[in-house]
Amino acid sequence: MRRIPAALALLLVAVPAAAGCEGSGRDPGTVKVVYQDFGAFRAADLLFQRVKEEFEAANEGVTVELHPIEAPPEDYQTQVNLMNQSPADAPDIIYEDSFTINQDVDAGYLHPLDEYWSEWEDAELYNEQADAAVTALDGGRYGVMLGTDTRGLWYNARLFEEAGVDVPWRPEDWEAVLDTARDLDGELGDEVTPLSVYAGTPAGEVSSMQGFQMLLSGTGDVLFDEEEQKWVTGTQGFVDSLEFIGTVYGEDLALDQRDALNANVATLNNDERIPAGEVAISLDGSWATQSWIESGNQPWPEWEEEMAFAPMPTQEGQDPGATSMSGGWTLAMGAHTADPDLAWRVMAHALSRENALEFAVEGAQIPVRSDVAESEEYRERSPIVPEAVELVDVTHFRPAYSDYPRISLAIQEATEQVVLGEATPEEAAAAYDAEVAEIVGPDAVTGG
Amino acid sequence: MRRLARETAARRRVPPALRPGPPARVLPLVPALFLLLAFFAGPVLWTVWASFTDAALTGAAAARTEFVGLRNFERLLTDPDVLNATVLTAVFLIGSGVVGQTVLGLALALLMQGRRGWVRGAVGGVVVGAWVLPEVVAGFVWAAFLEREGTLNLLLQAVGAAPQSWLTSLPILAVVLANVWKGTAFSMMAYSAALAEVPGDLKEAARVDGAGTLRVVWHVVLPLLRRTIAATLLLVTLQTVQVFTLIFVMTGGGPGGRSTTLPLLMYQEALGFGDIGYGTAVGLALLVVAGLFSAVYLRTLRPEEVR
Repeated sequence: MRRIPAALALLLVAVPAAAGCEGSGRDPGTVKVVYQDFGAFRAADLLFQRVKEEFEAANEGVTVELHPIEAPPEDYQTQVNLMNQSPADAPDIIYEDSFTINQDVDAGYLHPLDEYWSEWEDAELYNEQADAAVTALDGGRYGVMLGTDTRGLWYNARLFEEAGVDVPWRPEDWEAVLDTARDLDGELGDEVTPLSVYAGTPAGEVSSMQGFQMLLSGTGDVLFDEEEQKWVTGTQGFVDSLEFIGTVYGEDLALDQRDALNANVATLNNDERIPAGEVAISLDGSWATQSWIESGNQPWPEWEEEMAFAPMPTQEGQDPGATSMSGGWTLAMGAHTADPDLAWRVMAHALSRENALEFAVEGAQIPVRSDVAESEEYRERSPIVPEAVELVDVTHFRPAYSDYPRISLAIQEATEQVVLGEATPEEAAAAYDAEVAEIVGPDAVTGG
Repeated sequence: MRRLARETAARRRVPPALRPGPPARVLPLVPALFLLLAFFAGPVLWTVWASFTDAALTGAAAARTEFVGLRNFERLLTDPDVLNATVLTAVFLIGSGVVGQTVLGLALALLMQGRRGWVRGAVGGVVVGAWVLPEVVAGFVWAAFLEREGTLNLLLQAVGAAPQSWLTSLPILAVVLANVWKGTAFSMMAYSAALAEVPGDLKEAARVDGAGTLRVVWHVVLPLLRRTIAATLLLVTLQTVQVFTLIFVMTGGGPGGRSTTLPLLMYQEALGFGDIGYGTAVGLALLVVAGLFSAVYLRTLRPEEVR
């Protein structure tokens, strides 16, 4: 009878040990790259396909293993986190939202890059803003910025001319945006949506960042007080931002509720509705052009004549007159990488001038390398309009703390209630305030 | 005496170690036992353990997971989202599992009894076809059917009715309908099999006594099906409370959490927000809901002889 426990014990020891071997025995000649390949965003896939081909050709015996993940940003992060939880599966190079660097450093998923960075000759080409975005709270550098973006009002100049609205369009405050939308609504009929502003939970972070926070950042109020290190509730700016959304949807200036409350609303807008001339103004990212350029899903060469970009004005036109939100994606190194030197060489190759240039063009990104941003070649091929690049000076970033995803969901819920007419802006804001206190605890909240 | 000695000697020739004693008989089971322990008991125990910790997908808690006692469960009891999801789970279960699948499945089985072969074949084929479809496909088919420009609205428009946005106005009803459509075949097949076992002479005797069809069904057939009903309800319940894919594909739990049942909430907490500790606690809450329903059936439908 004693044999059974012995056999069991043997198995229990042997199997995890075998699994453990796999972990320590990561193939040092293989560099595993994980990146997002989703919707209109194909630039990362194009970039790493190129890197794989070039790097493998130049370095015999090295394999660059590509793991594209086809998922929206939230699910992409979940999948990468799951990979990171297992040392055997963890990637060597991660296409990482600068926004999640702090959390992942805390979790021990990322490898510091300071020693490579200090020796890299191209390092000086990166501006300070790009450095700040990849520096964790511990002061170390954990990523290299690939590109950044801004947000603003894309508008269809052809529809504007049809409706008799002067172009170029430069709204001075929120009221001017709404007035133009009302004029367009009167002139263009039911087929055209005058003003698309993302809202509601289905679109996720798109609603929160491209929609609500583009408004809030123009009111002078904030979500998080960096000095006090507390979340801010009960501000007039929050109510006013919801009021704006309520007006846009209440007066039928926006997409139908059903179209707006769709997880793919942003892709549908940029791939279909905008090229079809069904949306006159769209509050969206500077990268929207990636859908329309040659490498996009829905090449639309006429976009250069039809589409123009105006900065989103501040609420009353107060200084600096315009506002924007920015994010940015980076390359980071996994903490479990078997050969950090090799992983860095692959990263540096992906970050080279040529590759950064292609990525900026294909991903409709604002480049962070000065030799790309200032090059004649980029200016010629850039799908980004200069107005969007200038917004870098007035832009804002999201509060990159671990509570943010829940706060963002609370924002999305508040906008959804207003869109559906289930609550007034004041009621929705009050519900948000209660929710924030619930999420972070009453001590981490400050009144406006 | 000599014979006895010879027999003993013969017995001794087989060494005791080779005689199939209890350990040797259990030994072949060890791999299976190990698999069960590793892949069934292991994850269950891990889930229970995780629900008492702050395990997370990222952030500091991912690197240093700590035991937090009952904190996740305290939060569970005060979280309005959990209450909402529990109510929706019960609605989904009663609507699609109990009322929909069981009643419809039983009705179909009764109606199909004694029909011609091709009728049974056609009805059975259609219903089982829905059952065979993968959940993702079924969810997609129903989303396309109920969408704003979907088939249902086109049909409604053809007869002059106003189109509705089914998936946003009453999402829980939409997913209930889809799950009834998808799951009815299971109970229909179970009841068809049980009905075939009901002795014909009992029904005949009732008819001779002057009972109509409904009375025969009520007083003769249903009491005989009691055990089948209990077993089928139990299985349907356990299947229904854990439906995830269908709802996720059709509504994603929205809009505004109006179709977020406990499995979707669990997913959202554990993988959406990366809070694995709390997500597993929600998972245990789901287990409680399923357990309660099962206990109710077992009590009310216990065969009479046991009472």
